[in-house]
Amino acid sequence: MSGPMTQQPFRIPGAGRLTPARSLRFTFDGAHYSGVSGDTLASALLANGVHLTGRSFKYHRPRGILAAGAEEPNALVSVERDSARRTPNVRATVQELYDGLSANSQNRWPSLAFDVGAMNDLAGAMFSAGFYYKTFMWPKAAWAKLYEPRIRAAAGLGVAPDQPDPDHYASRFAHCEVLVIGGGAAGIAAALAAAEGGVRVILCDERAEFGGALHYEQGARIEGQAGWDWAQTAIAKLAAMDNVRLLPRTTAFGYYAQNILGLVERVTDHMDAPDRHLPRERLWQVRAKRVVLATGAIERHMVFADNDRPGVMLASAARTYLNHYGVAVGKQVGIYTVNDSAYYTAIDLKKAGVEIAAIIDLRDAPSGPAVEEARALGIEINPGRAVVGTGGRLRVSSMIVEPKNGGSRRTITVDALLTSSGWTPSVHLFSQSRGKVAFDEGRQIFVPGVYAQDCVSVGACNGAEGLEETVAQGFEAGERAATAAGGSTSRAQAMKVDAAEAWAGGMLGSGPGAGAGKTVKAFIDFQNDVTAKDIRQAVHEGMHSIEHVKRFTTNGMATDQGKTSNMHGLAIAAETLGKPIPQVGLTTFRPPYTPVTFGSIVGHSRGKLFDPTRKTPMHGWAEAHGAVFEDVGQWKRAWYFPMAGEDMHAAVNRECVTVRQAAGLFDASTLGKIEVVGPDAAKFMELLYTNPWEKLEPGRCRYGIMLREDGFIYDDGVVGRLAHDRFHVTTTTGGAARVMNHMEDYLQTEFPHLKVWLTSVSEQWAVVAVQGPKSRDIIEPLVEGIDLSDEAMPHMSVREGKICGVPTRLFRMSFTGDRGFEVNVPADYGQAVWEALWAEGQKHGACAYGTEAMHVLRAEKGYIIVGQDTDGTVTPADAGLEWAIGKKKTDFVGIRGMARPDLVGAGRKQLVGLATRDPKIVLEEGAQIVADPNQPVPMKMIGHVTSSYWSENCGRSIAMGLVVDGRSRMGETLFVPMPDGVIEVEVTGAVFYDPKGDRLNG
Amino acid sequence: MANPAQNMPATADRRFALAGREWQADGVRIAVLPPAERISLRAPAESVAALSSALGLDLPARPKTSASSGGRTALWLGPDEWLVIDQTGDPLVDCASVSELHSAVGISHRNVAFTVSGAGAAATINAGCPQDLSLAAFPVGGCSRTILGKAEIVLLRTAPDAFRVECWRSFSDYVHDLLLEAANDAQA
Repeated sequence: MSGPMTQQPFRIPGAGRLTPARSLRFTFDGAHYSGVSGDTLASALLANGVHLTGRSFKYHRPRGILAAGAEEPNALVSVERDSARRTPNVRATVQELYDGLSANSQNRWPSLAFDVGAMNDLAGAMFSAGFYYKTFMWPKAAWAKLYEPRIRAAAGLGVAPDQPDPDHYASRFAHCEVLVIGGGAAGIAAALAAAEGGVRVILCDERAEFGGALHYEQGARIEGQAGWDWAQTAIAKLAAMDNVRLLPRTTAFGYYAQNILGLVERVTDHMDAPDRHLPRERLWQVRAKRVVLATGAIERHMVFADNDRPGVMLASAARTYLNHYGVAVGKQVGIYTVNDSAYYTAIDLKKAGVEIAAIIDLRDAPSGPAVEEARALGIEINPGRAVVGTGGRLRVSSMIVEPKNGGSRRTITVDALLTSSGWTPSVHLFSQSRGKVAFDEGRQIFVPGVYAQDCVSVGACNGAEGLEETVAQGFEAGERAATAAGGSTSRAQAMKVDAAEAWAGGMLGSGPGAGAGKTVKAFIDFQNDVTAKDIRQAVHEGMHSIEHVKRFTTNGMATDQGKTSNMHGLAIAAETLGKPIPQVGLTTFRPPYTPVTFGSIVGHSRGKLFDPTRKTPMHGWAEAHGAVFEDVGQWKRAWYFPMAGEDMHAAVNRECVTVRQAAGLFDASTLGKIEVVGPDAAKFMELLYTNPWEKLEPGRCRYGIMLREDGFIYDDGVVGRLAHDRFHVTTTTGGAARVMNHMEDYLQTEFPHLKVWLTSVSEQWAVVAVQGPKSRDIIEPLVEGIDLSDEAMPHMSVREGKICGVPTRLFRMSFTGDRGFEVNVPADYGQAVWEALWAEGQKHGACAYGTEAMHVLRAEKGYIIVGQDTDGTVTPADAGLEWAIGKKKTDFVGIRGMARPDLVGAGRKQLVGLATRDPKIVLEEGAQIVADPNQPVPMKMIGHVTSSYWSENCGRSIAMGLVVDGRSRMGETLFVPMPDGVIEVEVTGAVFYDPKGDRLNG
Repeated sequence: MANPAQNMPATADRRFALAGREWQADGVRIAVLPPAERISLRAPAESVAALSSALGLDLPARPKTSASSGGRTALWLGPDEWLVIDQTGDPLVDCASVSELHSAVGISHRNVAFTVSGAGAAATINAGCPQDLSLAAFPVGGCSRTILGKAEIVLLRTAPDAFRVECWRSFSDYVHDLLLEAANDAQA
């Protein structure tokens, strides 16, 4: 006999809902196994009798599967599809099995069964709470270099992938009236009621199939159907409705302001051969009118010594593995509980033929239908007793039982031990929504109290007592949400719950078996290896706030966020402090509910979509002519145009010389451009710039400086007045967006009385700067309707006309100090006009030049670049630009800031030229300047170099810098200390070339 | 006498960003639209009547609405701001005759327009645009200045399953590429 069943000794024929015929192969730590379609990795491992799945974080203790869902703290594995698709820290209880799945355990060396790190367990007394804080304090430097890397290597989770992620990720914004989170009985009831009201409903659940606790509950009957069958019928009905979107395999991980929620949908992680067109995950950002939280409850384990051996599991998990996956977690199973729900697990296992060694119940006289049924099935029930220890190494082999008030011990052989100390409502998302929880004293649970957003909690997460209340709450919430959102009154009928299981009982904190001894390890937080005694110790050492206890012990700070441990930790802390639980308080939950991949957050924003790459209309020409580009913000700008054999230095030198000897073409399209229009345009300009504008004649231009309120330079640029009521303002490339915002801000808030409007025309106009003595000769044959003579169109003027038959705004202006024009044409004409100018330019020996030559040429003239020669602390006076301030003006933004005593006193850093004594040395931009290079370190720095280049036109290096009282130091020698020696510089004027400015008309 | 044609410069040809690009998948078609005349129109309420009559349509006054007449559409972008798009005539010329207070600035070349159509059109745009694109919230003729990923766009619904997406010229590569990637995922 062969087949999947024989290979899976713990798969019980006839149990569960999976189809045994659909067999899948997989490997775990290299060993081959088989499972069936619908399995999780955890259920398939358990079907093969494998409990040991990992080593614990700190003590490297053997650990097995604890849970059957997202709360799993132990079974973290690495899943590898191929060398690039290696996902660490995958919860085996969440990972769906696919054919060929390859998983490996983590945090063990050399093997899972024999792990050297386990000696930490023997030395456990050393690794007590706060161990890291206390031990690795000194020497300080050793923390970063020695301790931290070793600790991280030893106490780790999985290994991060080291190759680029080949998968892609999608994103989607969605809106709905009702978002239901959690597809158990409550969520389904809510979705049905809301959907019948005709409003848009999204129902999401983290598991592959909807149903929630109905995955394992057998006693539930709703609308005459078994619970699971009712759920699937309801889901089929919802799926057929146009106004409903069902999102299985989708975790709502974050609840943000104004009912925006983050959902991540796992699209392909369960597929054996995913279609490469499909995203691996899809991030949904949902805005909902109302959110229905139906997130259920999470079972807690019992806290006793050695409660972490593989085979010790949550009772509901074992029941899920049996009733849904058809897997028995053992052959001889012990149960340790204080509530009724664990009895149902014993009952179901017993009925499936699994031997129940005994039920140990801490309660003195458990009673009720579940207890009676267990007893009737012949299961041994031991009330008033506690499990105080376990035997076994890589798998639990026995439980040690003792009367709860002490007495003789008894050891019972088991191969699995299922525990339950009750249920913790999942208030994580409610807490994230900034809602305040309330403590239900009688039932010892935190439930949603005061709501902060438009949401409602239903079912187990709201503390509902049983299935009937759960379904009723869900239905009512769905119906109300639909009505509130304007839906019609729901046509749906309230569901009738015909039968349900009773879940009474529960406890928080440690039982008798969690001993006070130093060596007892009664775990509360499995993932971070926090024990009951760690919490007590933290309190004894002075941590009285739960926030401090949490950080000192790391309880609840692992990737599972303490889903099974928080309440235990809180209860033990409260008990030790002698305070009631609400006074100690619950920590606030933060997103994400479960770990979220970077990929899903990044979504489409990678590669070319990481950030827009902006190109000018002439980009193609520059590319075809060999330009090397530099990134300027999002723009690609031609940096220089090397000819064959030229390096950057040679190319830039040639470009600089050619511009001054003949001419050059430069793509200035990226400059910001703002059209300021309206009868009050000049008034507005007067207020936003330091310069006077009222008297600037139409057709003329002016260099303008814009300040912030504090008096420091914010931006600059040439402004042309096209008409009495129309200005064409240019800004720096980097300043385009913020200058527009700055202007609009002032217009709307400070000067709303002005009749003026602003329009960004940065991208309407392509700009070709034609600069150099031949510039007029180059443009003249192409221009129509504009007299280009010096008399008709002097330096700093603007004309509208045509070039190459298309409209132009032609500026006569110069950023080189030579005669120059800036040809503005509508963007789509940019490249054709450039090509025509290039053809003309060729006749005159012109070149194309890039941003580097532009920088050198302007520096030769001492023209500043805002953001390079200024840094947000430079006034017009500091930059030597007092001439640009309208002396008669009584108001503009920054006028008062500029007059502050510290901005007008002595000792300001002023912009000056710096000439190295050795003309061949080019200073480094950013280098510091000192007056005396022989003073002791740290030296007094009196300034720094802002711009520095080799100037082929000057035959020497040139530089500008900001120096304390620089303008009164003309001729002084200062020093620039560098690693390989001190450089002597002379303080000079900032204009290195053509100081008289004759060439503007040359 | 020289041939005047030899003295006259050749007229520069217009080179469109992404000219003619078109892409089609299951349920989504993305195409670059032909050029159009566009103005950014700013005006106080008192001038709206005169401008409306000059433009031959009623400038919409309600947020997120548009008005169309012939090949001309005016999109409400703000309390005193409209984007006027025209496939044939130049609205700048029509506004020039209006003496009432306003600002009209030509931005025909500033923008590039796409059409996104088909059953997956809204889902495609919702990959990067946070707006509610249901027909109830964003009906045909509805419009908004909004974002698509990291780019600003102006969105206009032209039909139940068709949108016009306008962006600045230098963002057109990005918008195009993002729409294509999003369209691949729009069937979910």
